[in-house]
Amino acid sequence: MSARTGFRVVGQSVRRTDALEKVTGRARYLSDLELPGMAHARLLRSPHAHARIVRVDVARARALPGVHAVLAASDLTFCDPAYGPALRDRPLLASEVVRYEGEPVVAVAADDEATAVEALDLVEVDYEELPAVTTLEDALAPGAPLVHTAEPLAGHFSDLSTLRAKPGTNICHQFDYGRGDVEAALAAAHLVLEETYTFPRIQHYSMEPHGAVARWDDEGGLTVWASTQNPFSVRAELAAMFALPASRIRIAVPLLGGGFGGKTYAKLEPIAAALARVARRPVRLLASVEDAFRTVRRCSARVTLRLGFLRDGRLDALACRADFDVGAYADIAPRVIQKGTYTATGPYRVSHVQLHSNAVYTNTTPGGAFRGFGVPQIVWGVESMMDIAAGRLERDPVDLRRQNLLAHGEEFAPGDTPVDGKLEESLGRLAEAIRWSDTVPPGRARGIAAMMKASVAPSVSEAIVRLHADGSANVLVSTVEMGQGARTVMAQIAAEVLALPLARVRIVPPDTSITPYDQTSSSSRSTTMVGRAVQEAAEDVVGQLRKIAAGKLGVAAGRLRVEDGAVVSGRTRLPYPDLLDHHFGMRGGELIGRGVVAPGRTAAPLGGSTPFWEVAMGGAEIALDEETGAISVEAYASVSDVGRCINPQQCAAQDEGAVMQGLGHTLLEEMVYEGGQLLNGDLVGYRVPRAGDLPPRLQTRFVENGDGAGPFGAKGVGEGGLIPVSPAVANALARLTGVRLRELPLTPERVWRALRERRQRDATDRTTGGPGDV
Amino acid sequence: MNVIPIRSSSEIRLTVNGRPVTLEVRPEALLLDVLRDRLQLKGARRSCDMQVCGACTVLVDGAPVSACTYLAVEADGREVLTVEGLADGDRLDPLQEAFIEHGAVQCGFCTAGMLLTAKALLAEEPSPSPARVAEYLRGNLCRCTGYRKILDAILACAAPGGGTR
Ligand code: FES
Ligand code: FES
Repeated sequence: MSARTGFRVVGQSVRRTDALEKVTGRARYLSDLELPGMAHARLLRSPHAHARIVRVDVARARALPGVHAVLAASDLTFCDPAYGPALRDRPLLASEVVRYEGEPVVAVAADDEATAVEALDLVEVDYEELPAVTTLEDALAPGAPLVHTAEPLAGHFSDLSTLRAKPGTNICHQFDYGRGDVEAALAAAHLVLEETYTFPRIQHYSMEPHGAVARWDDEGGLTVWASTQNPFSVRAELAAMFALPASRIRIAVPLLGGGFGGKTYAKLEPIAAALARVARRPVRLLASVEDAFRTVRRCSARVTLRLGFLRDGRLDALACRADFDVGAYADIAPRVIQKGTYTATGPYRVSHVQLHSNAVYTNTTPGGAFRGFGVPQIVWGVESMMDIAAGRLERDPVDLRRQNLLAHGEEFAPGDTPVDGKLEESLGRLAEAIRWSDTVPPGRARGIAAMMKASVAPSVSEAIVRLHADGSANVLVSTVEMGQGARTVMAQIAAEVLALPLARVRIVPPDTSITPYDQTSSSSRSTTMVGRAVQEAAEDVVGQLRKIAAGKLGVAAGRLRVEDGAVVSGRTRLPYPDLLDHHFGMRGGELIGRGVVAPGRTAAPLGGSTPFWEVAMGGAEIALDEETGAISVEAYASVSDVGRCINPQQCAAQDEGAVMQGLGHTLLEEMVYEGGQLLNGDLVGYRVPRAGDLPPRLQTRFVENGDGAGPFGAKGVGEGGLIPVSPAVANALARLTGVRLRELPLTPERVWRALRERRQRDATDRTTGGPGDV
Repeated sequence: MNVIPIRSSSEIRLTVNGRPVTLEVRPEALLLDVLRDRLQLKGARRSCDMQVCGACTVLVDGAPVSACTYLAVEADGREVLTVEGLADGDRLDPLQEAFIEHGAVQCGFCTAGMLLTAKALLAEEPSPSPARVAEYLRGNLCRCTGYRKILDAILACAAPGGGTR
């Protein structure tokens, strides 16, 4: 029992429950699954960004020995081929038109992958190229070619039934939110800044690419093993597609080799299911990393911001106009753009707000969810501008931010959850960790940034706890273990409440036919939402145990407590197995507890109140090689308000990973298109952070006031740490060189060019006596 | 016209995790597929498939190789060590212990490759500096951990006396 917290298992850095299987190679992922008679699938992808499909001839492929199914769009008469979580704008296989380079056109299942590849070589497709739009500028130009010409159907999320497309344009959804009078406030402001920032297309690169194995049974039921973050959404898509009741579909999820948002919502599962139906045997479809680059990515964005400050430094008005490039299909991007834009004011108190964002189709890989869910794109601009404002107002950047922070319990937006953390404490801890007030070593500079993010709402999580006759327990939840450590945390929560050793608690892997509903393993929500459901379910079991013991002992249940696998009353200990034996009159039977967390709809601007606010702040200390323009991050500190760490080591692991992923898009990563072709759609051309890119000093710290909405006062972590990285580094760069970059990534070339321009301008200024620009 | 016969497959003999193995393999067969599909050793994993990420790393005669681009016939007469062969029965290799202890495992997809690369490094240089470890891991990517805890785990297994960065 920890003296500090009063908890036994919660708050301890217990070993991950899956660590042993992972270090010994026994852990099983989707690609390890082999079913008898299983066929192997491959996809033929479009070589064009935008083209009409004139002819598809699959006859020779079908005739190849060893081929079990060849599908083109015209073969999909046995299902409804349209899908998509927000808009059903996506065909299972491209029909009539291809809308991005890499879009699946023909699918093949064969005895082995080699035969499948051979079959694809025999497929003939004639295309007639159409003009493509691959940038926001092109897509939003008047008279731009349209990526979609017909109105798509609404997807399965009712909260997105309010989708607002702009007919006749490439805008598939617009989000608006406002309060106060921005224009008047800006007109009256002491300082007004207006700037535009861009954020690139980023690839998740979970090391395990997407995959699915589908099998139809003799009664017409469908089982899909999928590397997905939300099996219930996949089930909903497949149920609609194949007109099956949800009860006839089973989605089972093995361990995931990373997700980061890239495995939310149906990806390859529909194609695998369609192939298996025709092949009349199980079909496995494994994506390659190149395929993943052509499956989903982070939405790129162009964000124009206007910030108005009062003379005393108060941020009084914020206007944001953001265009998000969502690629060829909407996926969940409509939700990404509204979620990201909604928190543009970050952790600050702003009276006058006007937000507008557009989800814009282009002929590129579809944009979807990615760690941070639209927030990094906005925070990149806002937090850069907070530093510019500090410079113009002659204020210290930490100090200016502190002045504007929302207070604990203060309203963020009318109807939404009040601020649930002590933001000042986070900022103070950050300043201390990055040694803000210490002298900076020569050739270095520091920069900071802050962010606040909402989690998905409304959402539902359910849990079942089964206490067996021997006093061990199974926890049934549909949380997907993708590396974040959710299984360990759920086991800790259950073990704490049940007063059992961790080893007596086993988490059942997600399977929609067994484990109860959970909306999604994303949005940093699992510890809070599923964790609370687990806590409730375990408490339900404890309540039953107490009642049985009370009956047996003839004392009030309220006077009994659980300890060390037994119900205890004074000196009397009744171990769980004895109680169950007494209750059932035999060694058998089990107690089942249930937990449901479903806060429902509210009047909050997004339709539901965030279950918690994810708060993270970051500080970077950088050095610069002026010859090459290469930035090196010498120290980085990340502070997250997590309410309480259920497992401190895993919290640190989340934020270390988040910071490094953030450094990726800050310094290195960008999917580059030219003429509609993705130029660097593999790991040779697309560089992700390596061990050598790790800052020599990387610290993660946590604010723990036990004030989170999750179990034991915990709340979510995992996305926040990534979000402040870009502006923190860019702010440090500006303080070091006076150069302000508004485009990511901050590649050596970009920095070098900016430095050179700055030097040239300085030289001109010296000759003309004109003022410099900061 | 002379028809040159294509050798369809050949026999290779190798040692895998200390066990002698004899296999018929086609000349283009990759070591990764042979390990995973023929020998059911699933610990080595395929990610980038182009010798960048190291998820498929195994040791051949003690040296780390990317099994995704290494021909199985090349392994003829050699000793292959995969992650399944690291532990001695139930006794974990110190690196495996350290990875668990330091929280160096998240999704686990990179873990086998990381462990084997680290094994090779420590065999070559028992006391590497932190910078040297990072440099040696340049062919092993991890998208989850951010590397901090992986470096900590490896350095914890280094013999004392390693240089500091
Ligand atoms: S899969 Fe072999 S190096 Fe990436
Ligand atoms: S732990 Fe997931 S890639 Fe390393």
